[in-house]
Amino acid sequence: MSKGGRLATVLGLFLVVVGLVVWAVASLLNPGVPGGVVNFTNSQAAGQPVQLTVQTVGSIGFGAHPSWVSYLVKNPTTGKWVHDTSWELPAHTVIDMTVYQYDSGSPLRNQEWGQVQGTIGDTATLNGTSFSVFNSNTGNGVGHTFAIPTLNVSVPMVGVSGNPCAVAPCHFDSPHNIEKFSFKTPGPGSYNWQCFVPCALGYLYGNGGAMSTQNYMGGELEVVSQS
Amino acid sequence: MTPESSMGSEENHFRRIVIIWVVLSIAGDLLFWFLVGPHIPPGRMTSSAKDDQLDFNILMVIGLPVVIGVFEWLAYAGIKWNARNKDTPESVGGPRAAGNKRAEVSWIVITSVVVIFLAGFGTVELYVGSGSGGGEGPNPILQPAGAVQAETAALAGTGTWSPNSNEVLPVQVIGQQWKFTYRYPTFGGFESSDLILPVNTVIAFNVTSLDVIHSFWAYQLEVKADANPQINNVAFTRTEQLGSFEVRCGELCGIWHGAMFNPGHVVSQSAFMTWATSTESKNAANTKILPPFAWTYVPDANGADGGYYPDNVVPYSPVEVYGSKQPS
Amino acid sequence: MTISAERPVDVEASVPPANVEASKGRAGDWLSQHIGTAIICGFLGYILGHWLGNYIGNTYGNIANSGQNSIAVTLALLFMVIGWLLGIGALNYPLAKMIGRQPKGEVEYTGWSRYFRYNLDHKVVGIQYVVAVLGFFFTGGLLAMAIRTELLNPTVHVFAADTYIKIVSEHGTIMMMMASSVVVGPLGNYFVPLMIGSRRMAFPRIEAFSLWTFVAGYFVIFSALFFGGFPTGWTGYAPLQTQAGPGMISYLFGFAVISVGMMTAGFNLAVTIINYRAPGMTWSRVPVFVWSMIATAALLTLASPVLFAAGTFGILDRTAQTAFYVAEHGGSSYLWENLFWFFGHPEVYIMALPGFGIVGEIIPVFCRKPLFAYRIAAAGMIGVSLLSFFVWQHHIFQSGIDPDMRPLFMLTTELISIPTGFIFLVGMGTLYKARIRYEVPMLFCMAVYFNFLLGGVSGVFLSDVPVNVTVHGGFFVLSHFHYTIMGGLIFAFFGGLYFWLPKMTGRTTNKKLGLWHFWTMFVFFNLTFFPMFVIGLLGQPRRVFTYAKNLQGLNDFSSVSAFCLGASFLIFVANLMWSQFIAPEKSPSNPWDSLGLEWQTATPIPAYNFERIPVIMTDPYHYSEVGAPVLADFGNAPPVHAASAATDSTDPDQ
Repeated sequence: MSKGGRLATVLGLFLVVVGLVVWAVASLLNPGVPGGVVNFTNSQAAGQPVQLTVQTVGSIGFGAHPSWVSYLVKNPTTGKWVHDTSWELPAHTVIDMTVYQYDSGSPLRNQEWGQVQGTIGDTATLNGTSFSVFNSNTGNGVGHTFAIPTLNVSVPMVGVSGNPCAVAPCHFDSPHNIEKFSFKTPGPGSYNWQCFVPCALGYLYGNGGAMSTQNYMGGELEVVSQS
Repeated sequence: MTPESSMGSEENHFRRIVIIWVVLSIAGDLLFWFLVGPHIPPGRMTSSAKDDQLDFNILMVIGLPVVIGVFEWLAYAGIKWNARNKDTPESVGGPRAAGNKRAEVSWIVITSVVVIFLAGFGTVELYVGSGSGGGEGPNPILQPAGAVQAETAALAGTGTWSPNSNEVLPVQVIGQQWKFTYRYPTFGGFESSDLILPVNTVIAFNVTSLDVIHSFWAYQLEVKADANPQINNVAFTRTEQLGSFEVRCGELCGIWHGAMFNPGHVVSQSAFMTWATSTESKNAANTKILPPFAWTYVPDANGADGGYYPDNVVPYSPVEVYGSKQPS
Repeated sequence: MTISAERPVDVEASVPPANVEASKGRAGDWLSQHIGTAIICGFLGYILGHWLGNYIGNTYGNIANSGQNSIAVTLALLFMVIGWLLGIGALNYPLAKMIGRQPKGEVEYTGWSRYFRYNLDHKVVGIQYVVAVLGFFFTGGLLAMAIRTELLNPTVHVFAADTYIKIVSEHGTIMMMMASSVVVGPLGNYFVPLMIGSRRMAFPRIEAFSLWTFVAGYFVIFSALFFGGFPTGWTGYAPLQTQAGPGMISYLFGFAVISVGMMTAGFNLAVTIINYRAPGMTWSRVPVFVWSMIATAALLTLASPVLFAAGTFGILDRTAQTAFYVAEHGGSSYLWENLFWFFGHPEVYIMALPGFGIVGEIIPVFCRKPLFAYRIAAAGMIGVSLLSFFVWQHHIFQSGIDPDMRPLFMLTTELISIPTGFIFLVGMGTLYKARIRYEVPMLFCMAVYFNFLLGGVSGVFLSDVPVNVTVHGGFFVLSHFHYTIMGGLIFAFFGGLYFWLPKMTGRTTNKKLGLWHFWTMFVFFNLTFFPMFVIGLLGQPRRVFTYAKNLQGLNDFSSVSAFCLGASFLIFVANLMWSQFIAPEKSPSNPWDSLGLEWQTATPIPAYNFERIPVIMTDPYHYSEVGAPVLADFGNAPPVHAASAATDSTDPDQ
């Protein structure tokens, strides 16, 4: 092969490698950040509380992992339930959160998470009734929690009994609990949130799988200043 | 080049290098010790921080001359013995160039002495500092006065602590994926996400985990102890200054390892007492539901956590089942 | 090249046994065994294993619940590796022997197709290793660029948290697996026989097997990214590893595969060095690179089995539901920690020693002086090798180990810095009053001293238990090991590559590009990793995607320097491609005018290395010595004189 031919071959191979690398990087740039963020900053007037509605479902065949439990969020603009745990919220704003809990429950590994913490008034309402501590050894136990560890927010989601919902997103006809609480976002930054019930079936200590993957049982709150 | 002048230049090189080295080392050490040393992290907030800062500074004062020496030698060689330099004489080989008993023996002796001194000094610091803030496992050998008593009482549920009593305060650190929580056995065993500590007190940290390995790293307190499941890792320090500190998880524990951090505060003894007693009453309802205070907890592997092992397999050593089957 | 029956009988004529005929092969023979058949058989094995694993495991509770089947992944990877080895032909001879058949003779190929086949010539294996090692290195390096991108900002996240931890883990694992063979594989395999005056390695089949296993290991580790990655970092702590997804199997099994490659390479090297030295090569005449190779080989052979066992226990915990590492069922998280680090500490000396060997070999050539204190150099390497088994708990001082052990391991770790320091004595003594030629390999060796000094001294800080409380688990220790492994070993590897490539390929490397590569790599390497000592002291843990806001400036400085460091490797690639493939220039047979035995061969080196096995008369370091003894008696060839200070290598009378 001539020198020019060799140069062309080497450059060609180099471009192929570069292409592969670009493809690999693009596939690693996961949904959740920045592309897949559900934006709540424009859902209401500045200074007004933001309505954030989510549901927690059991291991019922949603998405790439049919046997994983999951959170779903209601997109404020489209009104559709989306499988996304990265939410963009305005800074220094009260967030009114509503959780439709469709999953069964069990005793908590750490009953510390049975206490409502970090919300306004340190209480939450369960089907209309206010509470501040839930004993997970009673009733149907706790299904999931919503916690923002760095902000010391933690609210237990009480479990349901009866025929749980079979297909996500779930609807009111399936047994569910409605919990409401409010918390205030701090200054701009990225705050992770997670569930503290080790609810990943089939993983040691229950914290693999859904608990360890974005868009299931944990995510990010991207708090931005509202101009 | 005549033998006499080459002999003279041989002395010159080595002597020159040594003189420059001595000057630079002394200057470097003094500059470091007085200007930088007092500010070396993690500061002087606790006894272990002070001890470890001193240790670091001693190591630096010994290490700087070593670094200066080698860098200087490389630089000197690079400039003076460079083939590009026309005045550089040809290399001379032979047995004299291949070895020098005095140089070799001095090197071995000096490095050995320095290194053994450092090992000894480190051991002394470890003893003086009661473990210097590092995790000593469930059976610590270096314990401050009163620690054994306080820890035994804490486990028995009879431990107390009050301001100005010079008692050791046991604090349990529970690592779980992905947050640290803290239990205070001398205040009814309440659990809290806040780490508040009294000043001028010896703290006994009892670090354990409910799942995978974490590491309790209280940066300004200079305490680092890994949290292992079913192991109580004990570390001691004495708080000596008021202020805030940061706790970070120091061992990769999964997806949110980087987000596993919380602030902590060292406050006056009376402020601490107020906080502890008020939190104890505030959390009383929940504390009743928590398992009794124990050094380690066996997480209930069956339940919401999915059951990695088949459901009917009983844990090997259920010291304290944390979760279901609570005493009513 | 066929074996000539008229070859004069030699001291060690390593002719293949008469009953196995070597036949010639055609380069373009697609139906023979080559990397293509290896890929196909590997793929088939993968599919078979995956199907079998699904068949076995689909009814198990935890597999049905989680939806992820570690058994399938384990069997898939296992059969893939077996298929790969069958496909390349590495198992033909042992299988034939095992079933009692006459093994078919190995077909000899010439030309470029040799490099894509299972080849028994140690020189071909050496070049194959160069390609494999560079492939590992650049993959790991790209992952490092991704890490530094994420760390540009503590609140803006380029990758999701689970992706980031996957990237961090993959970077560390690929780099560590590469680094354990980066010098032993390419340069050790290529040059040890030449340096000891041998025609071949002791076990050429095992040597080629180690290469193909190494490459298989790369694919296994890389496959983790397709199984969802693993979240434990390269240290793989249990029980997080038991909790992780199936990507963890790629890590555990990958370690098993790589450790097999390491064991075989090490064992082969050790036996070769002990048994195949030419007559007259007593231990005091062995080149210092070979000393480093035997010290490394001892560690490779003795430490890797522990890793293999640890990885196997991890796989069993994840597939057969044993509980080696799970505390609730009688196991212990400490078991993995101790097994891993018992291997892990010798592992890092597997990485440091070859670097020492290379600088010891190269510096005398460019100083035109003998190696200072040769015996101390050798003693240092053996000392490091022995002591490296007694220091492992310094990685877990704060883990809750028996506190009596802490001062003990502090002492042994401090003691190991004594033999480690010997290489500095040797280097400084050789540089003393030399006339130093600053060729590219020499610059890399000087950089090794610079970098390893910082790495080594920071190691002393880490070995001190009280200070360890500050610096363990954060960026300080991260900087320490990057300084020692990258600053020490990788710089030495590049120095060795620039030094020996003209002999390996017969083509010079471009000096100007080499100088550019060196200076950009050296400057940006230090700018990237020195700030990390400070970042670590200021409290940033390892493997985190967010950090305290006040550390952003330092992190950004480090990241930008890292990008420049990555770019500097493009210069190397350009140099490699240009000087070796596109516009090669023939190199003289001994361009650096070295006295080493490996340089006293023609270029390209003939298939059986030496016409006659030389009789060695002295060590290869008699530079600038008036009346120095001759290196070796080559029989009919003119004897090689000790070189004078003059460097004219083309003058035959010199």
